[in-house]
Amino acid sequence: MTPFAYRSAANCAEALSLGTGGDVRFLGGGTNLVDLLRQNVESAAQLVDVSRLSGSIDETDNGSLLIGASVTNSALAAHPLVRSRYPMLSRALLAGASAQIRNMATVGGNVMQRTRCVYFYDADGARCNKRQPGSGCDAIGGFNRYHAILGASQDCIATHPSDMCVALVALDALVHLDGPDGQRTMPLAGFHQLPGTHPEIETVLQPGELITAIELPPATTATTNSEYRKVRDRSSYAFALIAVAGGLEVVDGKVADVRIALGGVAAKPWRAERAEAALRGSPATRANFMAAAAEELAPAQPLDGNAFKIGLVQRTIAAVLTSLAGDQA
Amino acid sequence: MPISINGADYPLPDDPRVSLLDLLREREGLTGTKLGCNQGACGACTVLLDGERVLSCLTLAVQAEGREVVTIEGLTGDGEELHPLQQAFIDHDGFQCGYCTPGQICSAIAMAQELRRGDPSHVTADLASGPNGPTREEIRERMSGNLCRCGAHNGIVEAIEVLLAGEAA
Ligand SMILES: Cc1cc2nc3c(=O)[nH]c(=O)nc-3n(C[C@H](O)[C@H](O)[C@H](O)COP(=O)(O)OP(=O)(O)OC[C@H]3O[C@@H](n4cnc5c(N)ncnc54)[C@H](O)[C@@H]3O)c2cc1C
Ligand code: SF4
Ligand code: FES
Ligand code: FES
Repeated sequence: MTPFAYRSAANCAEALSLGTGGDVRFLGGGTNLVDLLRQNVESAAQLVDVSRLSGSIDETDNGSLLIGASVTNSALAAHPLVRSRYPMLSRALLAGASAQIRNMATVGGNVMQRTRCVYFYDADGARCNKRQPGSGCDAIGGFNRYHAILGASQDCIATHPSDMCVALVALDALVHLDGPDGQRTMPLAGFHQLPGTHPEIETVLQPGELITAIELPPATTATTNSEYRKVRDRSSYAFALIAVAGGLEVVDGKVADVRIALGGVAAKPWRAERAEAALRGSPATRANFMAAAAEELAPAQPLDGNAFKIGLVQRTIAAVLTSLAGDQA
Repeated sequence: MPISINGADYPLPDDPRVSLLDLLREREGLTGTKLGCNQGACGACTVLLDGERVLSCLTLAVQAEGREVVTIEGLTGDGEELHPLQQAFIDHDGFQCGYCTPGQICSAIAMAQELRRGDPSHVTADLASGPNGPTREEIRERMSGNLCRCGAHNGIVEAIEVLLAGEAA
């Protein structure tokens, strides 16, 4: 680890003023950043600790839920309104990491966490375009069981590892940002970037810009009737091979509203817009769920180690929606 | 502001790179907390921070400024030789080499509190009503952040189960 200075910010304004200048990094729970600094994958001149900024979860007048960026993953998962109105979000959080890590991890840090590609982590031994632009990608042709099948490029095939973000994208979450150029709010679905020729650019966050909150739009039947299913190599404390966040409203046997987002398939939480469009208005049957899933996965490009993901994602989408349809299917 | 460790104040390290784990073990001689993977994957370094379980290997010591740390050395009250959970681990063969044990015990103490609070877990069937008591399934899932290389998991789960069942009775 190269030496760095540490400052703790008491409020957002202080975080922003400390956060300007080269090589400054915001610190949440540290569960990803401390690890990356220790393994010399990243370095920083100064850390600005934002984990003590006020972290509250508040319902707004229009029924949205505003979640402070420093709220811990545990607190968010256990919040009564999240459990009752957005169960897929509680489920996604509870399926991630361990209780200890969820107690430390913040919402802002979870959104910004970096890929778990083993070559990205291997600073001494592997080539990685994300860590060192232009050096190559050892995952292509290497161990790529955990890598992307959608939206990857010649330069990087990494996935975004967050469970929480998959549910957030399915819930149409907005991310609130504050930075040197002022405040802005945008859909989380547009926040993470596909690798293209610049896999080192992962989000639209600008230097010195801070995530201040996540906003969940008011609950609907499809957010309340929702679940998160994660498939992994062991039943707990493991990153996803693939994951599906689903929400469904069935009226008169037909799909009135549907939300599908996928984890473990791309460099961003993947909203399955094609599948959703195919399903809206159609009879809520398992056959239709399978067909819509196949349509979503049609552009998939499997690698040596992960072709199994295509079928696995399709069957998991169908299983989640069938379960949500219950006896209305 | 200093860090409180097991009720006593300790100064912050000058170098912010020092982890809470290294502060405990290397600087303050509190070697009960163990170093396993040093990257968040094993749970051997689990301590309580303001009463909640965290990994001391991924916590910078400076982040604990003004907060209360409790380690395995600080669990027993006045005149108490062993914490009831330490005794339960002995009674139910909850360890072999003992390396993971301090982390297991700190983790289980916080886990019991999470269960009493009604916090849900991945295996909780009904999110709204919360966990259905300290079942084996709940304990196993909630303790999954603490690995045991000796494979003493059955004894560990049994020790926790028996202790929590006794508490509820
Ligand atoms: C062993 C292990 C297993 C795991 N398993 C899972 C899993 O199964 N599923 C899963 O989803 N995750 C898993 N994780 C990852 C974990 O969820 C993340 O490490 C965590 O969410 C990161 O949050 P943090 O607050 O600790 O972030 P930090 O490590 O503090 O920061 C991460 C990044 O976010 C930036 N950042 C932090 N806060 C802000 C902010 N407010 N604004 C802008 N940037 C910010 C930092 O600069 C840094 O780049 C696992 C981690 C470990 C170590
Ligand atoms: S997949 Fe991406 S992160 Fe992994 S080695 Fe290739 S360039 Fe690096
Ligand atoms: S030493 Fe901290 S989790 Fe392994
Ligand atoms: S008792 Fe040896 S690692 Fe658990």
